[in-house]
Amino acid sequence: MPDVLKAPLVVEFPFTRSLGPVQSAFLTGLRERVVLGVRTTDGRTLVPPAEYDPVTAEEIRDLVEVAPTGTVTTWAWNHAPRRGQPLDTPFAWVLVRLDGADTALLHALDAPGPDAVRTGMRVRVRWAAERSGAITDIACFEPYDGGPAQPDGHCGDFADPVTGIVAPARLDYTYTPGRAQTAHLDALAERRIVGERCPSCRKVYVPPRGACPTCGVATSERVEVGPRGTVTTFCIVNIKARGLDIEVPYVYAHIALDGADLALHGRIGGIPYDRVRMGLRVEPVWTGGARHPDHYRPTGEPDADYDTYRELL
Amino acid sequence: MNREIAVVAFAQTDHRRTSEELSEVELLMPVLHDVLARTGLRTADLDFVCSGSSDYLAGRAFSFTLALDGVGAWPPISESHVEMDGAWALYEAWTKLRTGDADTALVYAYGKSSPGSLRDVLTRQLDPYYVAPLWPDSVALAALQAQALIDAGDTDEPALAAVAARNRENATANPHAQLRGPVPHGDHVVRPLRRGDCAPVGDGAAAVILAAGERARALTERPAWIRGIDHRVEAHGLGVRDLTDSPSTRLAAEHAGAFERPVDTAELHAPFTSQEIVLRKALRLGDGVRVNPSGGALAAHPVMAAGLIRIGEAAARIHRGASDRALAHATSGPCLQQNLVAVLEGDPR
Ligand SMILES: [Zn+2]
Repeated sequence: MPDVLKAPLVVEFPFTRSLGPVQSAFLTGLRERVVLGVRTTDGRTLVPPAEYDPVTAEEIRDLVEVAPTGTVTTWAWNHAPRRGQPLDTPFAWVLVRLDGADTALLHALDAPGPDAVRTGMRVRVRWAAERSGAITDIACFEPYDGGPAQPDGHCGDFADPVTGIVAPARLDYTYTPGRAQTAHLDALAERRIVGERCPSCRKVYVPPRGACPTCGVATSERVEVGPRGTVTTFCIVNIKARGLDIEVPYVYAHIALDGADLALHGRIGGIPYDRVRMGLRVEPVWTGGARHPDHYRPTGEPDADYDTYRELL
Repeated sequence: MNREIAVVAFAQTDHRRTSEELSEVELLMPVLHDVLARTGLRTADLDFVCSGSSDYLAGRAFSFTLALDGVGAWPPISESHVEMDGAWALYEAWTKLRTGDADTALVYAYGKSSPGSLRDVLTRQLDPYYVAPLWPDSVALAALQAQALIDAGDTDEPALAAVAARNRENATANPHAQLRGPVPHGDHVVRPLRRGDCAPVGDGAAAVILAAGERARALTERPAWIRGIDHRVEAHGLGVRDLTDSPSTRLAAEHAGAFERPVDTAELHAPFTSQEIVLRKALRLGDGVRVNPSGGALAAHPVMAAGLIRIGEAAARIHRGASDRALAHATSGPCLQQNLVAVLEGDPR
């Protein structure tokens, strides 16, 4: 088997989320060094607060301040912190039941080693120096050997409440396109376009995906298609995409390459946009070091008969 | 409508640490062909197709639509997808058959974890406000649960090691398993969990065919009848739950009829040794029950397929007469957040 292609793939997105009244109060509170819980109908205090009672599903809004001190209910020693985690030195993950709360909050505990941590130990919040209204406004917990701190009884009303969070996410992958697409991409590097033929229905798919979507069987026979082809259908793009330096209007078309049984798409150039038509014969234009055709241009041949491409529409 | 539904065929890949040379459809296709061959059905004969997978694993958007090429989705078929383990896809297919909308269904699932870092990827399924910004990985959350069990006196590190050893010993009889036989228990990954307490990370796929009533009897000698199936979810706040128990599993089992008569086999979806302790308790499994004869998730854990494989393995034992009444369990989310239980039976012999 030839080597499959591989490349790093980073998926990054800023998750922008709006907050409801309860989450808004809780996260604004953290910004102001106040920890708020919410009281359920049966009188328990949930920290972190939920908007709906986990037992009755009733909406709950009764905010109550709890202490920034509490007790570890369970823990796990993390000797090798990973990217994004609260501390970059070894730490304990902890669930902490804050004084005044009936449920526990997940966070990190800064401790010298696993022997310094146990269930039942007393801890307190270490606030982040800069706070924006996010769970990370708690930098971590730290060991504390006192009794419950006395909260001031904050009611959860703030002058300038946080109404949303942006939670950036980033995941790193090694992308491998698989056998069929690797062959296709390898051929493109030589400015050839290669598809695969279905052993059952004999159709040639380009770009190949390794399977015939009609027969559900593997395709493997490589077939070089094109380079010339026929425009089967098209549209005229009038809105400029951000970061794209193609002047509008331009034509984006389905192109049935000669020998292929599936049309691929590409931009049509070298002809005014309003002269492009179904049946127009085109050929790829490769520019610079590009790894795929930049666009397709007219070959000058007579238009193809409708019957030669009607099955590919 | 009260129709009897059975699992009539099951197939799975050999599960491996990486299948980087294969796209998802290339990984899946042999399994689909295998499961169809076991029944003599062709894709055109299937009334319904349902799949389970997650784009986050391979970082490839809409990968499930491409995977459909392996089924042969033209001309158009009746199809659905869950962004969950395939066990939940099976639940949807079972519902479809129960309503009389279909007589046969193909259920498949796949997971290709090798392209990314599974521990990090799974953080993205957590509460985005209070938890995900801290990036607690899947092993860390399971370790919190394990420590809670140790504190409660439900287990200790040697007992967890014994769970790992027994599952991987069982897996010596499973040609598809990724880890089998003696596996070093290893160092702590996140204490108290060691390498050996954790399911391997790997790629794999599985497929099941369901059929109703007489159709099931025509397709296989000994159908594995689904006597009951149910799934339940718990509060998403980890600190709200008692991590040493799984009330959702127990409730699902009750609704699936698991406690009406003893089962002889249980396939439990426990990616961590500590979770098997929780599940055995929730399901009241005694020593007379053969737990994870396949080796379970500790022997192979293609994410999104591992739960469906539990149902498939339980059914396969009924097909070949090694079990008469089996329980299959699937889980999803951190610390056994969501749980599905199915009870399967063969005809009396
Ligand atoms: Zn075909």
